[in-house]
Parts: sequence; C-alpha cells; structure tokens
Amino acid sequence: MTRESEFRFAWRLAAAIFIAVAVEAPAVAAPLTVREVAPGVFVHFGAHEETTRDNLGSIANIGFVVGEKCVAVVDTGGSAALGAQLRESVRAVTRLPVCFVINTHMHPDHVFGNAAFSDEPGVAFVGHAKLGAALAARERGYLDRLHQEIGDAAAGTRVIAPTLTVASTRDLDLGGRVLNLRAWPTAHTDNDLTVLDAQTGTLWSGDLLFVERIPSIDGSLIGWLKVLGELRQLEPKRVVSGHGDAGAGWRAAIDRLEEYLAVVRNETRSAIKARRTMQAAVAEVGATQRGKWLLFDDYHKRNVTAAYAELEWED
Amino acid sequence: MNHLIFSRSGLASIAVAIALAVPGAPHAQDQAGAGNWDMIRQSMFAGRTIEEDGAKLVELETPVRAEDAAVVPIAIRTRMPQDPAQYVKKVYLVIDRNPSPVGAIFTFTPESGRADIETRVRIEEYTNVRAIAETSDGRLFMTTNYVKASGGCSAPAGKDLAESMARMGRMKFRVEGEVKQGEPALAQLMISHPNLSGMAMDQMTRLFTPAHFVRKIEVTYGGKPVMSAEVDFTISENPNVRFYFLPRGPGELKAEVVDSNQLKFESSIQVKPGTAGS
Repeated sequence: MTRESEFRFAWRLAAAIFIAVAVEAPAVAAPLTVREVAPGVFVHFGAHEETTRDNLGSIANIGFVVGEKCVAVVDTGGSAALGAQLRESVRAVTRLPVCFVINTHMHPDHVFGNAAFSDEPGVAFVGHAKLGAALAARERGYLDRLHQEIGDAAAGTRVIAPTLTVASTRDLDLGGRVLNLRAWPTAHTDNDLTVLDAQTGTLWSGDLLFVERIPSIDGSLIGWLKVLGELRQLEPKRVVSGHGDAGAGWRAAIDRLEEYLAVVRNETRSAIKARRTMQAAVAEVGATQRGKWLLFDDYHKRNVTAAYAELEWED
Repeated sequence: MNHLIFSRSGLASIAVAIALAVPGAPHAQDQAGAGNWDMIRQSMFAGRTIEEDGAKLVELETPVRAEDAAVVPIAIRTRMPQDPAQYVKKVYLVIDRNPSPVGAIFTFTPESGRADIETRVRIEEYTNVRAIAETSDGRLFMTTNYVKASGGCSAPAGKDLAESMARMGRMKFRVEGEVKQGEPALAQLMISHPNLSGMAMDQMTRLFTPAHFVRKIEVTYGGKPVMSAEVDFTISENPNVRFYFLPRGPGELKAEVVDSNQLKFESSIQVKPGTAGS
C-alpha cells in the first residue's frame, strides 16, 4: 500500500467503526421546532396539554440562548427523550458547547430533560438555592407519575440536582453575552428563578407567568401576587413565559394572571370568613374564571384547595 | 392501665404489624387493596361481625377523585344519639392501600353529643377508604368508599417547609355558630404541624426526612373527655379536625396535642352556652 492508500484505508476503517457505533447507539433524536424570538434566543413552545406518550412532556416552553463562547439551555422539557430532541435543536443552530442548563423551577415539565445534557463537557446545572431540596423531596413521586404517563418512553429520565445555585442574583457569561439570573421568594413554587438576556431584553419568566393555560399554585398564592407586582416593575422587551406566548404583550398577560389569582384569593378569603368548609369553598370559588383558561377543570379545584390551606392560617 | 398502653403504642404497632405481614403486597393485589383489609380486619376485629350497613349508622363523605392527594377532605357522620345507655364509642378510619392503613382512631363519649368527625387525609394510591363505627355495646358498622388519589403520603410536607417548621405548634381553636345549652356544638381545631410522613427524601443526606407527626389529640369540656384521636401522618399537614361537644353550662373547651417527638401543645377556649362561641 502506498502511504496515500494506507491513509485512505485507515480513514475508511474509522468511518466504518463510527457508523457501526452510531447504529448501536440510540437513534439520533429529531430536533424540536424552535423559533428565534430575538437574535440568538430560541424557544420551543410547548402544547397546552397534559404529559402523554405522544408529546413526551412537551407542554412547557423550553429553549436556549447562544453566546460567543457557549450556549445556555433554559428548561429542558418533561422527559430525557424530549431533552435529547432539544439538544439536537441546539446542534442544528450552533456547534458551541452547552455550558449551562438552567432550570426555572422544580416542575417535571421543566427539568426532566436535564439528563440529555449530562454528558456535555463541563456543563453546570443551574437553579434556585431551594431547587435541590424541592426536587429531592418530590423525586420519587415525579418519576412514578412520568412512568404512568408515558411508560417506557420515560427511560433515561432522572432528576439532576443543580450544581450551581442562586440565592439572590447571579450573572452567567456566555461570551459577549451575559444572562442575569434572579431567585424569587416563594410564589409559583418555593424555587422560582428568572433569566434575563440583557442584550435583547428577553426575560425568561418560567412559570411565574402563565398564558392561556391555567396556572397551578404550588408555592404561595399571596407570595405569587407580590412577585407579580415586582415583575411589573421590570422593563423587558419581551417575556418567554413558562406556558403560552407572552412575548411583547407580557403586561396584559400579567393582568390576566393577576385577575385569576386575586379572584381565588378574595373568594377563598370570603369563604373562610363565612366559615364555609374546604369542600364547600372548592365547589364555589372561582366559577367566573371558567372559560378564561385552558385545562381549567384539571387544576382549578386543586388551586382552591391550596389557597384555602394557605389562607386559613392568615390571621 | 390497658387504655394507657394502647394509647402509647396502638396505632404504631398496628401499622408495623401490617407492614411486616404484607411486604410489598399492595401491588400484587387488586386495585382497592382488599388483601390489606383482610390483614387489618384480622388484627383489629378478629372473630367479630362487621355490619356493612350501607350508611345506615355510619356515613362517609369523600371525593371520588381527590383534587390534591395530600389534602383530601373527609367527613364521617354517625346516626346514633350519644345516649349514655348506647352510643358510638369509636370510629376507625382505614385507608387500605396507604403505608399506614389505620390512619386514625377517634374515641367519643356521651359528652360528645354527636360522634361525627371531619378532617383531611393523605392518600398514597387509589384505594378503598373505610369508616368503622363501634358502639358502646360492641357492635361494628362499616361504610366503604373508593377514592382516586395518588402520591399524597410521599409528597413533601409543605409547599414551603421552612415556614411550616417555624410555625409548628401554633393552634387555632374555635366553636362554630351559636352554642346552646344541651345541644351538640361544632368545634374546629387547627394545629400547625408539618406532620412529616418520613417518605420524602432529604437532599443533603439522601436519606428520608424523619417522620414527625401529631399522634394524639385529646379534647375535654369542663374536664370531661369529648373527643380523642390517635392519629399519624395519614392526617394532612396542619391537622384540622371538626367535631362536636355537648355544653351543659359554661366551661372550658381544652385541646391537648402530643406529637411523635413528645412535643406537647395546648389550646383552650371559654364557652358560655346561649352566646356565640369565641
């Protein structure tokens, strides 16, 4: 063999091995559809559905921000399989490494894709200082439920605790682009974190903002209303909400969410004051809100239950 | 003395006996957990007849599907006057497929006025829920409802555990509506307590957060027992009980609570029949 043919042979051998390995490995996931809502900011909008085998937990908004040095993923979707698809979406846009996987809070539809990014060299998983404890306490229940919902498509999904935590604020440098992270007091959950891409004025609100899909109260109703008041003071050009598309119309979206939460607060308070039981309050509170939100029947009564349990201790 | 021994170890020993007897059994059995019920029946009511009376004497109100499995409101109502000659002495709450199926044993007296109870419970899996009333002459009546709920026991206590721990032991105690001499009056006792089930993981240690729950509630009126409850983490975080007492003249309604770490909490209110309760 000439040197050149030796080289060709070696190259072919390497290619054959590579193909064999690739065939052995799980099929490469198809990339998710993403929309570039601002330069370098990509979002996959989740469906207003419950998690099913068909949607693999693609029910929340997830995406990524591309810097000059590396990429930050913001929320990863409701299963490792979906996370793998998101990773392909990143790959379709850039060859830069993923240096940060940020979780806006503990809920499965936002964190269960994390495992798909665990082998990115040097990647940090970033969350609120209370995220780790919240996930640990719920891990078993969350995983059991996912297996019930999507069966063996849940394979590979696991909880990954944050390796970098935020107690108040923290900046992440993606190279020529800085993300400002802010940890909030108990609101939607006790571990809500927002991500501001200062360069484009894009705020990832996580589930502090719901659009169209009914919010779920899993932290503090009163705390959430307070935090919404503070979010109003910010001046982003657009908001990537946890569910639905807030976009530039985010202030109106806050109004609608605030109306729902205030109605639940006010009517639940009245029910407690009138010495109605929890069962009675759950049957009565918030009837005017039906029709204004998708999946109302799946979450509303649970929200009133949570509101009652919180507000009965108010005074 | 017998009573004392029972009250110290009653619920826990029953739960342990059942857990040992049927390791991992729930999954192998039918959806409602009838196998567990056979074990409980054997250990608590061996050889006794239980009338499944179709809600004639004991009525159980539960949601068909729980909105939140960690906070499932239930009501048990009995239909026998608390006459000293014959009255409802105990009400057992059994949740077949829960990790601790015998969730509560309530004790009543003629001074209860009515042997009714309302509370909120945790439910771990789709299950039968049973209310079993025992009369003072030893007869047993049972009503069973099926409830769809899951994950209530393994869910962490508190949407905000730090706040929950800080508030532990605070109580709110009140009488509902107007209290009339010689007529059963409704009282509500709220106890701020995380009621930790011991089934939720701690992030730092990767061990389960130790169980820590209210295990006994004793209420007296004018020094006489009106309702006592032996309970465990089956009862939801911040235990809430609604029950009756029979006011015969002014007196103090007093609640004493002991938790599994031997912490004691007390609360009382002065009641004057004929006036609204405080």
